[in-house]
Order: sequence, then structure tokens, then C-alpha cells
Amino acid sequence: MHSSWQKALSWGILALGFAFLYVPIIVLIVYSFNESRLVTVWSGFSLKWYGELFSDRQMMKAVGVSLRIAFMSATSAVVLGTMAALVMVRFGGFKGKTLFTSMITAPLVMPEVITGLSLLLLFVSLDQFIGWPGGRGMTTIWIAHTTFCMAYVTVVVNSRLREMDQSLEEAALDLGANRLKVFFLITLPIVSPALVAGWLLAFTLSLDDLVIASFVSGPGSTTLPMEVFSSVRMGVSPKVNALSALLVTGIASLTFVGWWLMRRQEHKRLADLQAAKRQQEMV
Amino acid sequence: MALPENKAKQKKVQLQICGVSKDFDGTLAVNNVDLDIYQGEIFALLGASGCGKTTLLRMLAGFEKPSAGSILLEGEDMARLAPYQRPMNMMFQSYALFPHMTVENNIAFGLKQDRMPKQQIADKVAEVLGLVQMEAYAKRKPHQLSGGQQQRVALARSLAKSPKLLLLDEPMGALDKKLRTRMQLEIVNILEKVGVTCVMVTHDQEEAMTMADRVGIMNAGILSQVGSPMEVYERPNSRMTAEFIGSVNLFEGELVVDEVGYVEIASDSLESNIYIAHGIVGSEGMALAVAIRPEKINISRTEPAQAHNKARGVVEDIAYLGSHSVYHVRLPSGFKVLASVANSNRQIASDEQQRITWGDEVFVSWSDSCAVVLYS
Ligand SMILES: Nc1ncnc2c1ncn2[C@@H]1O[C@H](COP(=O)(O)OP(=O)(O)OP(=O)(O)O)[C@@H](O)[C@H]1O
Ligand SMILES: [Mg+2]
Repeated sequence: MHSSWQKALSWGILALGFAFLYVPIIVLIVYSFNESRLVTVWSGFSLKWYGELFSDRQMMKAVGVSLRIAFMSATSAVVLGTMAALVMVRFGGFKGKTLFTSMITAPLVMPEVITGLSLLLLFVSLDQFIGWPGGRGMTTIWIAHTTFCMAYVTVVVNSRLREMDQSLEEAALDLGANRLKVFFLITLPIVSPALVAGWLLAFTLSLDDLVIASFVSGPGSTTLPMEVFSSVRMGVSPKVNALSALLVTGIASLTFVGWWLMRRQEHKRLADLQAAKRQQEMV
Repeated sequence: MALPENKAKQKKVQLQICGVSKDFDGTLAVNNVDLDIYQGEIFALLGASGCGKTTLLRMLAGFEKPSAGSILLEGEDMARLAPYQRPMNMMFQSYALFPHMTVENNIAFGLKQDRMPKQQIADKVAEVLGLVQMEAYAKRKPHQLSGGQQQRVALARSLAKSPKLLLLDEPMGALDKKLRTRMQLEIVNILEKVGVTCVMVTHDQEEAMTMADRVGIMNAGILSQVGSPMEVYERPNSRMTAEFIGSVNLFEGELVVDEVGYVEIASDSLESNIYIAHGIVGSEGMALAVAIRPEKINISRTEPAQAHNKARGVVEDIAYLGSHSVYHVRLPSGFKVLASVANSNRQIASDEQQRITWGDEVFVSWSDSCAVVLYS
């Protein structure tokens, strides 16, 4: 009696938590199929807002800009972040290592407003002194996003490198591969899951960023969050609902695919391990 | 007894380690080691944890730079060569098999670095896989193999490039006890078949004794004794080696009678002097230690006929170890003598010996020639 009551309570709390997290999103998606112009009044099923969304030139352009910036930032953040992590983990014992390590992760805790403002000031003064980057636009957003995404990538790759058995690299070195080959043939493939994870993280962070982009963007480089934000200020259009529904679906399916791949790999690994154990017993 | 040493001496010197030291910011991990390794021999570096074995091995492989001294392989100085340029290969304690490559590709990795033609690589891979009897597993990934199989692959990989010197760091470290004894003999067989010169590191004396032609005892960075397993066991040159290899009865004492044909050593642990039937280098009054292995000690209820080297005591403990039993005999001085008696003897021994049990008054004795005098 008592325990079933307890069980009901814990289920209730769980349901409440999930509702708190997901009801707004579900409502948002449901209303993206609303026929009415008013976001809060249901008047029938329709796909017309999706049609309007795809014919909204400005919105589509912002999607394009955001995707391009996210792709470029994620890629360069992975390259730079991996290099930084490599220096931190493998080239131990140089002067100022602690300072370097803490400085590289500073953007993680820095308020975005400050990061954005400081980068804006940097670009303005760079423009004054060396005439580059020549006004604000995609390039400046790209650089800004690379800066703060790199910190995240560094943290992810750093932990993977740390848990990698260093004798693997030594073994490759011992077998005749020079340091460059060791990096590309051994280190990189082994930490590649971390690179993929870091890239995906950087991609979503860049796609998501509003504050920093607002500081360093220029005319013609409006990102999706900026576009949505400004359009919402003029009144919520069900178009935004349709856009959000698409984004949520996209991200959810990406996450699901990632989870599924990882689970499959883990299952296979366990099965292999079992098989190897059985074999050892037979030998 | 000196035979293996002589046999080794006739061979060519393959590796010379001359005065090599390694200083890690003030801690001397390896201290002025001089050592010659002969062609085709299996040499084991044996020592307690932290004595610098791995450091010495890593200096050979080129992963650490010696602070002093030089390493010559077939007369060529290795100092300027990076690890990937040295004609030696190492098998790591963790095996360090590349997890993202199949067994085949793991073994081919070193050969590919030498830009060997494809067909030749395939032949060589098949050859070494056959050597370690792992042909059936060529397409597997390392995590699909058991510990023993991984070890075979690691060995095959380090043999694939036909190195002039093979380095093994704790080769059995990751295996369980039962597999260990089997693999020890198997690895020795493979190494002998290939004829490769091998330096291995271990802290397991049994392993060193079974596998190696010669062993080197390391202590706190110093190579304290080098010799065949039998030599270091029968003729230890210091208290440290005597105590490290096997168990030993160590009598501290001083030289009291120094004649040409014999010496006598007085020890506080014994009531009568220890008599040794040969002369030694030393002077009267000099502090010495005498080491006697437990299996050299006889134990009896009646007083032995010999004039020297016997003592009365009480059996305090008997440890039954299967093939033999170890008697702990307390002497009047409080010193505990260990006497090891083979259990086959114990079975057929006279009634008198069979009856020896806890609390019995017994005599321990040893022959004039089996005690070893230790100066340091
Ligand atoms: N990279 C390093 N930096 C500083 N000190 C080190 C380093 N590597 C080893 N040492 C020190 O050198 C000494 C010898 O270490 P080493 O690894 O050679 O011991 P070992 O004989 O292999 O011991 P074990 O049987 O435990 O493996 C130890 O005191 C260790 O702390
Ligand atoms: Mg070691």
C-alpha cells in the first residue's frame, strides 16, 4: 500500500519535470500547424506557415548565414582546440603552462556580453591600425565564434587525450613512425570520437549564439538567432513556430542518431569481449 | 656453475651500456650502469619496484635521454638516434596495441614505415603470426582478443621488423598467474627460435630465473650483480642480492680466524664459530655476513657428528609448501634459522626425522662449503 503510494508520487514528480521541460516545446510545435495568424488561438490544421517560412527570403538567408558560420567556426575551433589540448597534455613542463591552461578555458566562464564587447573593441581597433578585417560581417562572427567554441573543444579533447594510453604513441614511435606520422596515424584516429563530439558541440553553440554575434555582426550578416529575435520583437509570427519546430526536429534526430550509433558500438564491444573471454577459457 | 657465463663470453657483444646514469631533477633513477649484452642471449633486469629498471629500458629504446654515459649497439652510438631510428623494438607492459587497427595492421605498421613492398609485408605478417600461433586472428581488433592473445600479438609486432635488440617491459605483468607460467616458457621458445637478443625487465625473480640466460640485479639505480640465475642464487655478492633472490639465513659477524685453508667467523647469533673450508680475502676483526640458503641446512634430532657448523634450537613453526616444508628453528640467541626440507625426503625419512614437530629440540647444521661470505 505504502510503497505503491510512494511509487505514484515519484512517477508524478517525474512527469511534472518532463512536462516542465517539454510541454512548451510541444505546444510550440503544435501551434506551428495552426491555421490562424494569432499564435494563441487554434483555428484548424494547416501547413501554410511552413510555406511562408520557406518563401521568407530574409529568414532563409539568415539560416544560410548561420549554418555557414557554424560550420566554419566548428571546423576551425576543432583544429585550434585540438592543438591547444595537445600542447596542454603532451608537451608538459613548459613555463607558464598553468597560466596557459586556465586562460584557454576562461571563455567557458566569461559572461558572453564581455566576450562580445571585448571582441568588438578588438576588431574596431584592428581595423584602425591594420585595416583588417575591414568592417564587421561573417568573418568577424566566424572569428568570435571560433574563440569561444575553441574553449569547449579544448576541454573535450583534453580529457580524451589524458585518458589515452601514452605508450600507444611510444609504440608507434618505436616501430619507426616519426612524430608527425604518429600524430596522424595513431593519436588522431584514437581521439577522433572526441573531435566529432567537440565539432558537434561547437556547431550547436555557434548556431545558438545571439549575444556575441550581435556585437560583432555587420550589415548583411544577420544570423538566425538575431533574425528570430528581431522578428519576435515586432510580434510573434507562426512562421517562427514553424522554424523552431524544424530546428527541434533536426536536433532531436541528430541526437538520436548519435545516441543510437554509440549504443550499437557499445553493444558490439561487449559482445566481442564476451566472445574473447569464452575463447580464452577454451584455449 | 660458471658454464653459462663462459658460453656467453665466447659470443659477440651486441649491446654495450657504458656508465649510463639518469637524473630526474635530483633523483638518480639509474646510477652509473655498465653492462654488456651478448648476441642471442635473454637478459633479465631484476629489481624491486622503483629501482630504475624501466628507466634503463626506456633509455635503450630512446624514450629517455641518459644524463651521462653512452649506449652502443653493435658498436654504434645510439645517442643521436631518435626512437624511430633505432634498430630495436619494444614490447610494452600494456602491450600498446593500436585499438583502431586489426591484428594484421598492427603487425604491418612497423613494416609500412620502412616502405616495404606490399607482398613482402603480407609474407612477413603471416610469418610472425605463425610464429606466435595467431594466424586465425589476423582480422580481429585488439579488444576482441583475450589477454594472452594480445600478448602474442604484441610480441609478434615487436619481432616483425627483425630488430637487433628486443626490449620487454614486464612482459607477464598483465597476465594471471596460471597463464604467466605457460607464457614464460612459450616466449622463451619463440625468442630462441628467432634467435633475437633480448633485454627484459621484471620484478618477479621466478620469471627472471626461468626465462633469462643471465640476470642483472638492480637496487636503487645501481646494477649490483650480473650473472647466470644459478650464480646469483648460489654466489650472491652482497646482502642485498642474497636477500632479494629467494630466502636466506644471514649471519652477521666478524672474522676471527684467518688461515690459508680455512676461516672462522664469529656471530652473535651463534654460540660457536662458523667454519668455512676455504681462505677469503680479508683481515681479522673485519665485519662480514654469512649467507646460507635454507635448503643447505640440515635438521636432525640427534647431534650431527661434524665438528663445526651446527647449533641447537627449537622448532617454532613449520610451513608446509607442497614440494617442501620450511622449518623455523629458534636458536638460544633468538635468531631464527630457516631450514627447507623436501617433502619427498620427509616421507621416506627415518622415523626420527618424521617425528620432528612443533616445540621439538633439534640440531641445525650445514656443510663447510655451502656458506657464502658477503662483504657488502
Ligand atoms: N619521468 C619521470 N620523472 C621523474 N621521475 C621519474 C620518472 N620516471 C621514473 N622516475 C623515478 O625514477 C625511479 C625509477 O623508476 P622506474 O620506473 O625506472 O622504476 P622500475 O624499476 O621500473 O619500477 P617498477 O617495478 O615499479 O616499474 C622512481 O623513483 C621514479 O619515481
Ligand atoms: Mg617499471
